[in-house]
Amino acid sequence: MSSQQGFTLSGKQFEALCAAFETADVQKRGSIDVQIVPKLVQDVLGSSLAPSEKDAIRLRAESKAKKGVLYFADFVEVMSETLQTTTQWGKLTTTLSGYVGIDTLQEQMRKKALKRGFEFHIMVVGGSGLGKSTLVNTLFKAQISRRSCTNESEGTIPKTVQIKSVSHVIEEKGVRLKLTVTDTPGFGDQINNENCWLPILEFINDQYEKYLSEEVNVSRKKHIPDTRVHVCLYFISPTGHSCRPLDLEFMKRLDKVVNIVPIIAKADTLTLEERYAFKKRVREDLEFHGIQFYPMKSLDEDEEETAINQALREKMPFAIVGSDREYQVNGKSVLGRKTKWGLIEVENKNHCEFALLRDMLIRTHMQDLKDVTDSIHYENFRRERLEMHSEFAGPTPPYHEMGESNL
Amino acid sequence: MKGKLEEPVISAPKLDMKMAAEVERTLSPGADGGRQFDMDDFDILDAEQGADARSLELKGHVGFDSLPDQLVNKSVSGGFCFNILCVGETGVGKSTLMDTLFNTQFEDEPAAHDVPGVHLKSKTYEIQESNVRLKLNIVYTVGFGDQINKEDSYKPIVEYIDQQFENYLQEELKIKRGLHMYHDTRVHACLYFITPTGHSLKSLDLVTMKKLDSKVNIIPIIAKADTISKNELHKFKIKIMSELVSNGVQIYQFPTDDETVAELNATMNGHLPFAVVGSTDEVKVGNKMVRARVYPWGTVQVENENHCDFVKLREMLVRTNMEDLRETTHTRHYELFRRCRLEEMGFVDDDSDNKPFSLHETYEAKRVEHLNELQRKEEEMRQMFVVRVKEKEGELKEAEKELHAKFDQLKRQHSDEKKKLEEKKKMLEEEINLFNKKKQAAMAAQQQAQQAAASATQTIPKAHKKKA
Repeated sequence: MSSQQGFTLSGKQFEALCAAFETADVQKRGSIDVQIVPKLVQDVLGSSLAPSEKDAIRLRAESKAKKGVLYFADFVEVMSETLQTTTQWGKLTTTLSGYVGIDTLQEQMRKKALKRGFEFHIMVVGGSGLGKSTLVNTLFKAQISRRSCTNESEGTIPKTVQIKSVSHVIEEKGVRLKLTVTDTPGFGDQINNENCWLPILEFINDQYEKYLSEEVNVSRKKHIPDTRVHVCLYFISPTGHSCRPLDLEFMKRLDKVVNIVPIIAKADTLTLEERYAFKKRVREDLEFHGIQFYPMKSLDEDEEETAINQALREKMPFAIVGSDREYQVNGKSVLGRKTKWGLIEVENKNHCEFALLRDMLIRTHMQDLKDVTDSIHYENFRRERLEMHSEFAGPTPPYHEMGESNL
Repeated sequence: MKGKLEEPVISAPKLDMKMAAEVERTLSPGADGGRQFDMDDFDILDAEQGADARSLELKGHVGFDSLPDQLVNKSVSGGFCFNILCVGETGVGKSTLMDTLFNTQFEDEPAAHDVPGVHLKSKTYEIQESNVRLKLNIVYTVGFGDQINKEDSYKPIVEYIDQQFENYLQEELKIKRGLHMYHDTRVHACLYFITPTGHSLKSLDLVTMKKLDSKVNIIPIIAKADTISKNELHKFKIKIMSELVSNGVQIYQFPTDDETVAELNATMNGHLPFAVVGSTDEVKVGNKMVRARVYPWGTVQVENENHCDFVKLREMLVRTNMEDLRETTHTRHYELFRRCRLEEMGFVDDDSDNKPFSLHETYEAKRVEHLNELQRKEEEMRQMFVVRVKEKEGELKEAEKELHAKFDQLKRQHSDEKKKLEEKKKMLEEEINLFNKKKQAAMAAQQQAQQAAASATQTIPKAHKKKA
């Protein structure tokens, strides 16, 4: 990122840089080693930088270095560029001597978000009878799934994978959410299941395509409707052994396109030990095949995030039991499945991990799911789409190199 | 994600959460506490999914009411940025006002008055309050209003604003882009400092504001308002506003659609332009230290609403509408710029299915065209070069021939002369030989003569002897 025209450092900022440079330049050569630049920047700022930021700094330093050392002017340039891209200025923060009121920004932003409302798109994939619709109903405590609210006859299993979406607007404490649930009846139900992921892949890419074509318009809408799939819940059948080939194939092909959250369906058929062993095997399988499910390790930025996400990753895939029937337990009304040998409470953490799934999906990571879809999956799609098209024009050099000619 | 987990509310009684049912309709007041919905509220919940929207009752606490919190937390951890542009004549109090507004010493040397043209100077600071970090970018005009001929004074400002939009647009159009990490430098608010003449707006002000009103949110303020008395100020404000309206200048109106701040904003809209006084000096008034300007006849307190509108400005700019300013910049001014720019570049919105293509395709087509153009020019230049080279070669060859001819001629001349000289030399040598011969002959003759003379003298004595 080039530095803006006219961007100058204030006196205090400049002094801090000078001081840091002089302390680093032990031999008074007027230059410092490229290797120590990231650490030096960190010292100047007095706060810890994310690894990605450190890499960026090192790249900048290396591009400006002459023979492996950085002179003061170049160091100033590197610092300026770093300051422009980060907001963690640490010690270089200007101190305020009174209340200004910028912390109201949070409130302002929240108000705007409330007014705008939110959107979320879940896709559920898995063989029929694994409890997809029940789970969605349980998650949102309402009759949301297609089965519950449309009048289609559910007798016949479709011959190909179909994609069916249903939208609802639900509201809680003033927060409005437009929830879209996409079901995939027919997945994995045929005798020959080759390429049954193709319609799903196509659907997801269609949503990206729709968004891209809106974004690329000359006159754009004020708010582009976001119908992109934010999370795909993949239901693994509780065989107790390991992942089926179909599961692996599907997840391998879709993990780079959408956030995949694998779950073990109908987990009440497994005892706790079986559950634990099954989960371990599934995780090993996924790792072996290089399948990255959400939350993805490569996206963790700071330690706090890594800790939270790692804890989640170790418990995934969540073992789920879904139910929309209520029973009375100790005077309280709980959701559960009643069997002859006992009552399985859906929201009891000792019985199944539904509560963990719900917390991650709705209460803590919903915004992150949307952000990852937007900034990673959608950007990948866009890049590939535009690159594919520019191939027709032939490999052309970047614009600024066109001035060269061979005269 | 640093969200907070709430305990699952299993035991909640059946909450009757009726929500906004079919998409296009207004709720009857009373069902939800009399909230007013208008079309803007349902930006998202727009027409297309009308058939599928259902009215749902949630049977318990789901938990997505934490969504706004999740969103806000993310933004807070990423930090905010805000860019202010201060336009005004030199010495009108721009830097002092910024210092006062943000309660800090941004420290700067005051600008000189003899700067040759108008240019802009930008500085970035980071300020933090509780857990909100704000990267503040302040851009000042330097030399505005100082020139004798001010016709072009507005141009650098417009260029700067356009440049920031252009940078953002370029980033947005890239194939591999990093919009989420992009350092947004687009100007969110423009504080236009009006000099307190007390009469009306200067024509420079009108012209500049007219050029800027479609590009940036303009908030006009009357600077150094302690030079105007209350009555004059009232008249001045009315005059300014009427001039702005009659010239069609669109200044930023504080938004009145959010009911919590609508009333406040509406009143504030009536107080525009704000008459402000800036000061970083603290003076003891009563038993508090306040910021003020001390005159022999009294003290002007910055934060006293009776003295000036500084508090109103701060309230509006920072505490209430900062987010709206950013959003308006992005959704209105930037979109307008983008649309004009793309149309300039030749893109048109056609309703075919190839929309992503059209943008990039046209872009590529243009690029190819440009490349071809360049190649053609290159060819032309090459041709010309070749022709010139040939010409020069011809000339040089001619010159070479001439030189050769000359050389031959000279050589001939040279050999001719040499011959002549040699002949002469021979002649001379012959003459010398002759001369030498003659000389020898002469000498021989002389010798003989001498010998003859000697023998003659000898014979004479002989003859004498005989006679005797």
